[in-house]
Amino acid sequence: MTITRRHFLRKAVSGTAAAAACATLTPAPAEARENKTIPDQAVGLLYDATLCIGCKACMSGCKEVNNLPLEDTIGEKLWDTPLELSGYTYTVIKIYQHGTMEHKDKAENGFAHIKRSCLHCGDPSCVSACPVSAMTKDEKTGIVGYNKDACIGCRYCVAACPFGVPQFQYDTPTPQIAKCQLCRHIQAEGKIPACADRCPTGATIFGPHQALSAEIDRRKAMKPGEPNLYPRRTVNSGDTHEKAAAEYVDQVYGAKEVGGTQVRYLSGVPFDKLGLPVGLPERSYAADSETLQHTLYGGLILPGVALAGLVAAAWRGSKDHHDDDEDIFDPKGGHTHG
Amino acid sequence: MVNHPIPSEVARANRKPKATHAAIGGTLISPFTLVLGALITVAMYFMAQRFMYGLGAVTNINNGYPWGIWVVWDVVIATGFACGGYAMALITYILNKGEYHHLVRPALTASLFGYSLGGLSVLIDLGRYWNFWHILSPGYAQPGSVMFEVAACISCYILVLWIEFSPAFLEHLGLKNVKAKLNKMMFVFIGLGVLLPTMHQSSLGSLLVVFGYQIHPLWQTPLLPLLFLLTAVCMGFAIVILEATLAAIGFKRDIADELPLLSKIGKIIMGILIAYLAIRLGDLVLRGHLGKIFSSGIKSLMFLIEMAAFIYPVVVLSTPANRKRLSKLLGAAMSMLTGAVLYRIDAFLVAYDTGPGWHYFPSVPEMMVTIGVIAIEVLAYIVFVRKFPVLPGHSTSTAAE
Repeated sequence: MTITRRHFLRKAVSGTAAAAACATLTPAPAEARENKTIPDQAVGLLYDATLCIGCKACMSGCKEVNNLPLEDTIGEKLWDTPLELSGYTYTVIKIYQHGTMEHKDKAENGFAHIKRSCLHCGDPSCVSACPVSAMTKDEKTGIVGYNKDACIGCRYCVAACPFGVPQFQYDTPTPQIAKCQLCRHIQAEGKIPACADRCPTGATIFGPHQALSAEIDRRKAMKPGEPNLYPRRTVNSGDTHEKAAAEYVDQVYGAKEVGGTQVRYLSGVPFDKLGLPVGLPERSYAADSETLQHTLYGGLILPGVALAGLVAAAWRGSKDHHDDDEDIFDPKGGHTHG
Repeated sequence: MVNHPIPSEVARANRKPKATHAAIGGTLISPFTLVLGALITVAMYFMAQRFMYGLGAVTNINNGYPWGIWVVWDVVIATGFACGGYAMALITYILNKGEYHHLVRPALTASLFGYSLGGLSVLIDLGRYWNFWHILSPGYAQPGSVMFEVAACISCYILVLWIEFSPAFLEHLGLKNVKAKLNKMMFVFIGLGVLLPTMHQSSLGSLLVVFGYQIHPLWQTPLLPLLFLLTAVCMGFAIVILEATLAAIGFKRDIADELPLLSKIGKIIMGILIAYLAIRLGDLVLRGHLGKIFSSGIKSLMFLIEMAAFIYPVVVLSTPANRKRLSKLLGAAMSMLTGAVLYRIDAFLVAYDTGPGWHYFPSVPEMMVTIGVIAIEVLAYIVFVRKFPVLPGHSTSTAAE
């Protein structure tokens, strides 16, 4: 085969197309999307497991304020008894038990509580995953909210959340995603989230993210065993009670996990024993995913280049065997069935 | 009335004896199509249950495994199976190998049904399906979402597939002018028809990146899009071999003329698979997770089965003599498809671990719906190749019955 000008052009064009196609697929080191940061005005919760007595007033308040039905998992139909977050439960108190369970907030022969609910990530996977902006992060408060009227029910948020928070309703033809939205509907009336409002020991307190950070620092600096004052409801409520300081584990859960969350936990028992995923990276998964997407599809530049190459190659192709193409898609093209 | 042959047509027909397409005719009622009809009826019953009582009434999906086979099989795997049109268009029109030309249309037909039904079956799985249009509406669409990219691309591709196929209908509708104009523009749609699957087949892998630690390191990698794309293209080529064989058996057609092309396709599959295996294993080495191949229990086992299913076709197809034998080609193609199916099931379900206490295995009604969707596809394909000129036309006399 001699290389004619036409051949050369054809090869060059298909080469370009192939190169363009490859380029769209090679994760080039384009500018990586950094973690989104928690807004200055963000609000959040601090849950201190060492203060929690497991009374579940938070759960009851949450159901009442968010108009959620009671769940019966033991067949008595007397109490609200969810065992996990569910399509009808935004927050749940769980318990860790070990050995004789003599010591509160100790891993050995001890017990401890943990409150599960949405952590309101600084850079949430659910918001990044949602294809229809049903999951949103408020620019000011940082609250991760859900809009059922936008939602298509694809459950990508349920699958993506590293903490297993968003829950889908499988038992209804008109399902929704269930998750804590920090009672934003009553915050608008000047109230605080029901769980913090109802907590009798201040195990769950609500407040500005920065104030909660200061409170965390204060508690971590306490000497275990010495009496200290703990606020109820909000950081600066003035309603305090005195209690001997507990011995905390070093980790503040939510301080760094996937870039930091607006709900944070203090505990005397390591968090893996409380059923929370540990060892999460500081870089958010949303940043990983969106960096990949932006690299491939940013400004539709690579797809555009690839399309130009592909169309050019297809055009050359259609010129090359034109007489065939006349009936590529022609039903009468078949002459053999006569 | 005597039809005198038009000289130009005679000349054209004489210029080179080439295979063209022909409707193969024949009856639509057979034991096989009746079984398909029964399967579709059963699926319809369970679909009605799902729409009356919710997803939990029919499926075993739960908040630990929110995606079951209605996502992983009906969309992720089914569109992989439907990559025949993509793979053949890539080789025929983009790499400009005209010899494959008459394999394009049957492949395109399978893609048309695979994708159209894959797109439609999404509606069964979407919890709030009445809002599905939000995904393509600028007021709601969220371009940072991989799901958005997949949905938008698949929707566009279904449209492109129908446009690519429409000349067959336009002729029937007597719209010759439209058809002629469309044929002149067809290269644009062929270009799109290669770009769009490239984008969304890779993005089906990207879907898992945001799952982070929840996907086992043997599968979680930034190269997911590349690995999904390579296996999708391979699935496309393998399905062409499978289709050609099934059509030959099912419609009693002679396959000898197609065999040389199928053996070349076998060689392409081998090449892509070698690249895939090198990238997949190389990536594990670079990320330092190679040891997990043997230390991750059931996940290791599944990984090894997957690898075996990918390596077998490479070994078989590396011998030129094997590539000339349909049985070997078919065995390699089936193994390749098994590997690609397992890769998708493993990545989405086996490798997915969202914490202790969660389990998922599809329920029987859930599987019946998936089987029903497959039955619809097969039935539609049978109807189409019998009624429309889809298959290469060098049929034996039996086909004309």
